[in-house]
Amino acid sequence: MNSVASFTVPTVTHAQKSAEGLAEKISVQSLDFFYGDNRALKNINVSLYKGHVTAFIGPSGCGKSTLLRILNRMYDLYPNQRASGQVLLDGEDILSPHQDINLLRAKVGMVFQKPTPFPMTIYENIAFGIRLYEKLPKSELDGRVQHALQRAALWNEVKDKLGANGLSLSGGQQQRLCIARTVAVRPEVILFDEPCSALDPISTAKIEELIDELKDDYTIAIVTHNMQQAARVSDFTAFMYLGELIEYGETTKIFTTPNDRRTQDYITGRFG
Amino acid sequence: MNEQHTAKAFDSDLQDLSRMVAEMGGLAEKQVADSVDALAKRDSALAQRVTSADTMIDALQHEIEEKAVLTIARRQPMAVDLREIVGALRLSNDLERIGDLAKNIAKRVIALNGEFPPAKLIRGVEHMTDLVLEQLKLVLDAYARRDVTKAMAVWRGDEEIDAMCTSVFRELLTYMMEDPRNITFCIHLMFCAKNIERMGDHATNIAESVHYVIEGRPIAESRPKGDTTTIAALVAGER
Repeated sequence: MNSVASFTVPTVTHAQKSAEGLAEKISVQSLDFFYGDNRALKNINVSLYKGHVTAFIGPSGCGKSTLLRILNRMYDLYPNQRASGQVLLDGEDILSPHQDINLLRAKVGMVFQKPTPFPMTIYENIAFGIRLYEKLPKSELDGRVQHALQRAALWNEVKDKLGANGLSLSGGQQQRLCIARTVAVRPEVILFDEPCSALDPISTAKIEELIDELKDDYTIAIVTHNMQQAARVSDFTAFMYLGELIEYGETTKIFTTPNDRRTQDYITGRFG
Repeated sequence: MNEQHTAKAFDSDLQDLSRMVAEMGGLAEKQVADSVDALAKRDSALAQRVTSADTMIDALQHEIEEKAVLTIARRQPMAVDLREIVGALRLSNDLERIGDLAKNIAKRVIALNGEFPPAKLIRGVEHMTDLVLEQLKLVLDAYARRDVTKAMAVWRGDEEIDAMCTSVFRELLTYMMEDPRNITFCIHLMFCAKNIERMGDHATNIAESVHYVIEGRPIAESRPKGDTTTIAALVAGER
């Protein structure tokens, strides 16, 4: 608890935020999370800023994936899991029972550790999500599919085989297909849960490049075990340990001169 | 560093680097002492040994560079570990320069080849050397113990060497005016004094690097300066 009390977040007033050029997209306030009786997150306070990438790092079981899964209420799919506190998306509490979950998940997209293309054609993988939310004429739908694949830097590789099965692509391509699928429904926030851990270095570099391009238009959160990746792609970094947020700050600061001893020990490979 | 890395080999990589820098520091100290000793005694043989021993320092610097680059490539160090490695690189650079400056003095001793002007001429330079050697010893100690207070003391102490250099300059100027036969030797001595003053500056750089390794930021204050030889030269020229 003490550590949470002592950490320095650029929270404070809205006036100051605009002065820094930061617009708060998601604000997590006093968040607790329980798996049954087990308290997995303890009083988390953190902000995600528009147009910026926030990385969550920490040893396995520290709660970073749990936190990510709260941001689009993925945990709702499971019994005995509950969250308390507030998660404000543009000022609206998404934990409220009145929240339209489908709408939320359209706004807050997620890309998982393992590529999970649907067992259908490349084209359908993208079009499927769009059709859930919008009724579009064929030509417009084609345009949206193409645009999504272009945003995910996959278009040139698949434009001649849109009818091929999504599962026929390589791992890296499948992951980019999943990103295209996420982008296609025009979310505002994209959550990446270890998006590169199953990929080779070149595919990893492509995804990182992609995150860099996407961040201008979206608010991005990424959970990664690869410290160098966090240092490369993110603007802000949050270090979590045993369900607490230990330190949060600008990535350059966290990876060069962290304030907390535990952060330093973790990023330098002394524990975790 | 109290806590060890999960990868033990990383610890030994960092320790090796530290040890190599310490070894280089020891060699550099010896070179400085020997070169001025050779100057005081006009000992060409010792001066010769100093010039040839400089290759050892150079070789160590290469070794440190190679090890540092390899460790960065292998471990992708972060935060304090990265600073340790950058610090080792910086220190080895400064120590190599100190070695070069000592070699420079030794070369002048060889060039003087048996000239025997009065011993009093050399006293000021010897005194300066004592100060620099003390600074060098302190700063290497500060590095070995990661002692930021000691490093700061060295950083502030350079002022005295600078002031000393100015007074040596004035002194040598007087000797040269007294007897023109002193000029050649005094000019050589003047360059030696300047070399020693430069060594002091490198000791200061090392102090800054030690501070950076420990604190992760450069020293905030501005350093006191005591060297006014350039100004003194102007004044002398006007006379």
